[in-house]
Amino acid sequence: MTALADVVAFACLLAGAALCLTAGLGLVRFPDVLSRMHAGTKPQVLGVLLVMVGAAIRLDGWANAWMLLLVAAFQMLTAPVSAHLISRVAYRRRHVRRDLLLVDEFAGTGHQDRVYEGDEPGDAPPENPAVRPGG
Amino acid sequence: MTVEPAATRLRHQVPLVVWLVLVWMLLWGTWSWANLLSGLLVALTVLILLPLPHVIDGTRVRPVPLLVFLGHFVVDLFTSGAEVAWQALRPGGVHRTAIVQVQLRADSDLLLTLVAEATSLVPGSLVLDLDREHRVITLHLLPVRDLADVERKKAHVLVVERRLVRAFGSAADVAALEGTRREGVPAP
Repeated sequence: MTALADVVAFACLLAGAALCLTAGLGLVRFPDVLSRMHAGTKPQVLGVLLVMVGAAIRLDGWANAWMLLLVAAFQMLTAPVSAHLISRVAYRRRHVRRDLLLVDEFAGTGHQDRVYEGDEPGDAPPENPAVRPGG
Repeated sequence: MTVEPAATRLRHQVPLVVWLVLVWMLLWGTWSWANLLSGLLVALTVLILLPLPHVIDGTRVRPVPLLVFLGHFVVDLFTSGAEVAWQALRPGGVHRTAIVQVQLRADSDLLLTLVAEATSLVPGSLVLDLDREHRVITLHLLPVRDLADVERKKAHVLVVERRLVRAFGSAADVAALEGTRREGVPAP
């Protein structure tokens, strides 16, 4: 019984760690901010969940398990929020690889800055301070 | 801020107090009356010092649809984690991506928040923007293969929304959802 629990915990911890590694790899390998946020939310959240499950099996006592449950819950609640905020700013600042986009139904709705601060990519349209974002 | 009947206010605040006390107890990790009382004290202090707008108007929790949603959600979580992990590992780099807008039908702060949270964690999508007034959610999709794939992923968002409304929506929300379906608007 304990041997089986150990194997399950081992598998969960290892799989979780591997997923967190791919999340890190994704952050490096993905081409733009929006894609990187995918890496930062999905494999990473799943990885943390698996590590929590593994740890809950391996650690003794309910006190630890409850704490891990809270960590998992808040991870799932907060990861999408931070990813959303960063993506939103990235889109507004035009840090989007347009050549990779198949469709962009969000374009032309006034959600992109037209005032530049030197950090915009090369394919950004000409600067136009008269266009106000968020309209 | 308008003054409302104490009963209404109580009905809105009680679930929040229960949740805060629960978090407090989980953080301490042990059950004791001292923890319960101190948790209550902390929860009430938080609620009085940091009042929040209500989001749970007319919300029900239906156990069976909730289980259906959770089951699909866990499966989605695993497939999306594996999919994005594969995208990060595969030698060819990422596929194409897309930014799409989806017209949602739910009209409550809580439901829209839940849809946004759930779609961020399930396959392929990341929330870019949520237009509360027009109920339009803007998503970044990764990976997409072709335009048909884009449509499939947009349809999936509506499926997630339907599961959530069935689990948490008020009777009016469910009726609105079924109504739009009968008119033949997206029914994947």
